Amino acid sequence: MTSYGSYRPIRLSPQRRSLARVLAKDSPLRRLDWIMILAALTLSLGSSLLVWSATRGRDSLTHGDPQYFLYRHLTNLLIGLVLCGTVITIGNRRVRTAVPVVYVAVLLMLAAVLSPLGSTINGAHSWIQFGGGFSIQPAEFAKLGIVLGMALLLSARVDAGEREMPSDRSVLQALGLAGVPIGIVLLMPDVGSVMVMAVIILGILLASGAANRWVFGLLVAGTAGSIAVWQLGILSKYQIDRFAAFANPALDPSGVGYNTAQARIAIGSGGLTGMGLFHGTQTIGQFVPEQQTDFVFSVAGEELGFVGGIALIGLLGVVLWRACRIARQATDLFGTVVCAGVISWFAFQAFENIGMNLGIMPVAGIPLPFVSYGGSSMFAVWIAVGLLQSVRSQRPIGI
Amino acid sequence: MSNIPETGRTRRVTIRLVVLQILVLSLLATLGGRLWYLQVRNGSEYAAKAQGNHIREVVEPAVRGEILDASGRILAGNETKLVVSVSRTALLQQKDHGKAALTRLAEVLGMSVKDVENKVRLCDAKTPQPCWNGSPYQPIPVTQQATTQQAMQIMERREDFPGITAQSTALRRYTGVEGANAAQVLGYLSPVTDDEVTKSADKSGRDRRQPSDQIGRAGLESVYDDDLRGTTGVDKLEVDNLGRVIGSAGRTPAQPGDNLVTSIDARVQKVVEDQLAQAMADARKTYDKETQKNFEADSGAALVMDVHTGRIVAMASAPTFDPNLWVGGISAKDYQNLTGKDSNYPLLNRAIQGQSAPGSTFKVISTTAAVQAGYSLDGHYACPKSLTIGGREFKNFESESFGDISLERALEVSCDTVFYGLAYDQWMKDGGIKPKKDPADWFFKTAHQFGLGAKTGVDLPGEVPGRVPDRQWKQSFYDANKDAWCAQAAKGGHEYADEIARENCVDGNVMRAGDSVNFAIGQGDTLVTPLQMARIYSALANGGTLYRPTIGKAVVSPDGKPVREIAPHVDGKLPDDGKLLSYIDQATAGVITSGTAAWKFTGAGWPQGTIELHAKTGTAEVAGKQTTSWLTTYSKDYAVVMTISQGGTGSGGSGDAVRRIYQALYGVDDKGGIDNSRALLPKPQAELPKFNPDGTAVIQQAAYPAGSSFLDPTPPAGAQAPVDGVPAALEPTRSTGRGRA
Repeated sequence: MTSYGSYRPIRLSPQRRSLARVLAKDSPLRRLDWIMILAALTLSLGSSLLVWSATRGRDSLTHGDPQYFLYRHLTNLLIGLVLCGTVITIGNRRVRTAVPVVYVAVLLMLAAVLSPLGSTINGAHSWIQFGGGFSIQPAEFAKLGIVLGMALLLSARVDAGEREMPSDRSVLQALGLAGVPIGIVLLMPDVGSVMVMAVIILGILLASGAANRWVFGLLVAGTAGSIAVWQLGILSKYQIDRFAAFANPALDPSGVGYNTAQARIAIGSGGLTGMGLFHGTQTIGQFVPEQQTDFVFSVAGEELGFVGGIALIGLLGVVLWRACRIARQATDLFGTVVCAGVISWFAFQAFENIGMNLGIMPVAGIPLPFVSYGGSSMFAVWIAVGLLQSVRSQRPIGI
Repeated sequence: MSNIPETGRTRRVTIRLVVLQILVLSLLATLGGRLWYLQVRNGSEYAAKAQGNHIREVVEPAVRGEILDASGRILAGNETKLVVSVSRTALLQQKDHGKAALTRLAEVLGMSVKDVENKVRLCDAKTPQPCWNGSPYQPIPVTQQATTQQAMQIMERREDFPGITAQSTALRRYTGVEGANAAQVLGYLSPVTDDEVTKSADKSGRDRRQPSDQIGRAGLESVYDDDLRGTTGVDKLEVDNLGRVIGSAGRTPAQPGDNLVTSIDARVQKVVEDQLAQAMADARKTYDKETQKNFEADSGAALVMDVHTGRIVAMASAPTFDPNLWVGGISAKDYQNLTGKDSNYPLLNRAIQGQSAPGSTFKVISTTAAVQAGYSLDGHYACPKSLTIGGREFKNFESESFGDISLERALEVSCDTVFYGLAYDQWMKDGGIKPKKDPADWFFKTAHQFGLGAKTGVDLPGEVPGRVPDRQWKQSFYDANKDAWCAQAAKGGHEYADEIARENCVDGNVMRAGDSVNFAIGQGDTLVTPLQMARIYSALANGGTLYRPTIGKAVVSPDGKPVREIAPHVDGKLPDDGKLLSYIDQATAGVITSGTAAWKFTGAGWPQGTIELHAKTGTAEVAGKQTTSWLTTYSKDYAVVMTISQGGTGSGGSGDAVRRIYQALYGVDDKGGIDNSRALLPKPQAELPKFNPDGTAVIQQAAYPAGSSFLDPTPPAGAQAPVDGVPAALEPTRSTGRGRA
């Protein structure tokens, strides 16, 4: 501090002073991972064009305003960015202390879905409708709750320097903590989100340094659980149909297999450079259902071609690569585990969503992070970006 | 990196993070690979699928080209009807799905709203007729008989009639111009089959069949279908997932088909049709002594050929039909009437598909064969009343005898026994019942040289080749029937047929003396078509050239520009040298003046001194039926051939009719006076018609008045009134053809 005090040759105006503070080497802004933010922002802004293209002709959805979804998508993004900034401002340490509050809030939201407040869309009772066409999907936020809650439990004693790795007890506690929201989501039933949560848990256990037996145990349990779910008939008919159509796409091309077949035609016909934005015949003709949400990637594939599709995947890759970097550089296990959770979450959702568009994964109602239209997803994803940034902000200057 | 503080990460966590990173990377790589596979490797396949997904084609039928006669008269044309059609795609874009528009339309057309709605609904399993069976993107015709006023109302208040159009649309019309029917020559159209659409799906333009296409199924419509059809226009519409039209993806306008100019002269055609019908009607009033009833005259054919080109000026076949029955789809009842067992098959073109024994008209070939075999034209040959050959007696007609006569006289009086003798002589020289290794077979060889036993190659479908019953045919016929003959013989019956079967079982493959001599007078198993005979007699007239018969003369574009000409094609030469030809010329002229046909020509006032005709009559025997009448004739311009099944003798059955055809062609009245201004076609029309800039032909007004209804045989004004029944007694006692054994 002394050296800093003596080195003060010029008195700056308040504005210049704040600018200098912002640009200073240790300023919070300099500590952010701008590459990730730019990549994520490019994805979200670009996706607004895709969402627009997919919806501008769908009069039944847009109520006659072709830009309806464009504006809504951009509004969602703006809210997401604000949430992201808020999380960064709060900072990693304070977030850590607030984890229990977040977790309880998530549980309450999930419970509300099961109450008469909830409503059903596309076979899943996973929405809370508000007035004015506004609704949220608490399962998206539940992913945040699980990441934060598990990270807190698993890292507590390690970060305190008491242990080298999470104890079996912490692992069990963490699993129990994750189990509650998963159970509620399974009741909706929103199998897609449960799959994502299971993968998040796996990633978290992996990164937390938990004993190998937990990691492998979870894999075995997951597999067994899937078989059990299938055998016990917990899945509803439409979910079974989706799997059947995935196993055999030629099965009933006008029924269950229609979505995937049309999405694949759209993507395939895009060729190397695509038909040009707003010129995709599959998109204009509205041949792909749910094209602004689950099948938004097909717009990119058809209208922007292989070049655009690879760019989109590449941008997701940039986000994930930077997230991995942050995870490696985190100063505490809590940060590392949070990063790993978010990475697993983003990576799996991206793979499942694009995979089902490309016909290599079964259809599940999972949004493509940053890209799919939908407020809850957009908010949750940008909050997660905020978490990653705040982990990074914690690291020492110079890295 | 030295100032990294304690990160709280163990080595284990670091490794796990690397594993996580690798997993993430491989997932993304998988997506990239799959994306490449779909878009780059298989992109074109999916592009095609996308194309089929969102493009719907609406076809606009091309106006079919016209079939014109030699002067440009329209034989088969198009009739414009005002068709009011409704576009479903446009209706469905209305708020009320077009209900109001259809109600207004019903009011204008004077139909009930329900009728209109039913017509434009789509057919499915539950919807009864009326309903629309075609593509939902194709405008649906509501009526084909709108008045101009109705059409104006619709087109002037377009905003009241969204998606509704009133358009003049072309439908095929066989005009019967100048009273000419020519049904079997023109042919007819019928809709394309699914199979044809599928087969041509990968073709483009003219060669691609559209579900709305009509295809020529017979006659010129069939042979020149490619020229006449034109190119169907295609309007490509972009549609969305619900089939709503959202844009256009290009339009190819329809291109009308080319017109076909034929060598048919509609007026001559009318005369020939009428005369054939009249001759048959007359024959039915004529008593046949042999069968002791009137002649049946069940069918017949007549044609006029330009001897110098092989072009057909007229071709008639009876019974006939109205080709307009096929327009807009033939009804089941009409179809049954045209093709059923009791129909007598009016669809057959008997000029090219009717084959029968030529009888004595064949003797010009026999004469040529005799000369080729070395018999002298100057010699005299015995014409006794009968000859016994192979144990059977072969008689002259009504057992006449003429003593020793020249070949010329033998042709004129149609002496069978002269030709029996010559053929028997030749058969013996070829080894008789034990033929030589390489028999000369002059009679069969000559028949082939005259183009018999083979298709003439006329530009009409379904021509039959006829038959020359030579040794080769006998062998193949024997091979095919031997088992049946032998089986019948083995039963041991004693009927005539059983005896024949027994004989045939033993040596049916051997050319017997009877076969040979029968062939020499155009009997036995010999079969010819009227067209083959017309071609032969044309060749006799033109110095020996066998032309390929044609009806198509030129293909011209819709605006009258020549596309291609169909030039006369020489297929061969008769074996006759000049001397023989003039000898036959003289003999066949003798038939007109003093021979078998004299009573119908010079005897009926024909001015032979001014317009020389040549003829040969034929009265062919058919087992179990009355005789076939043949009359084969030629002038220096035309060959006219008529044949009537169960129609009597050659001259008696067809003489008047053929003479009247010549009268009409040359403008000859019944007393033999010639009035060129009344002549229909004193010279074959060599030039193509002239065309106006709009593609219609410039037609010289005919001096000759056209007949009335073309299916109603009324005699042309240039010929005498029909004779009510020709009493057989008026016929000279001796006539044509072979003797009845």
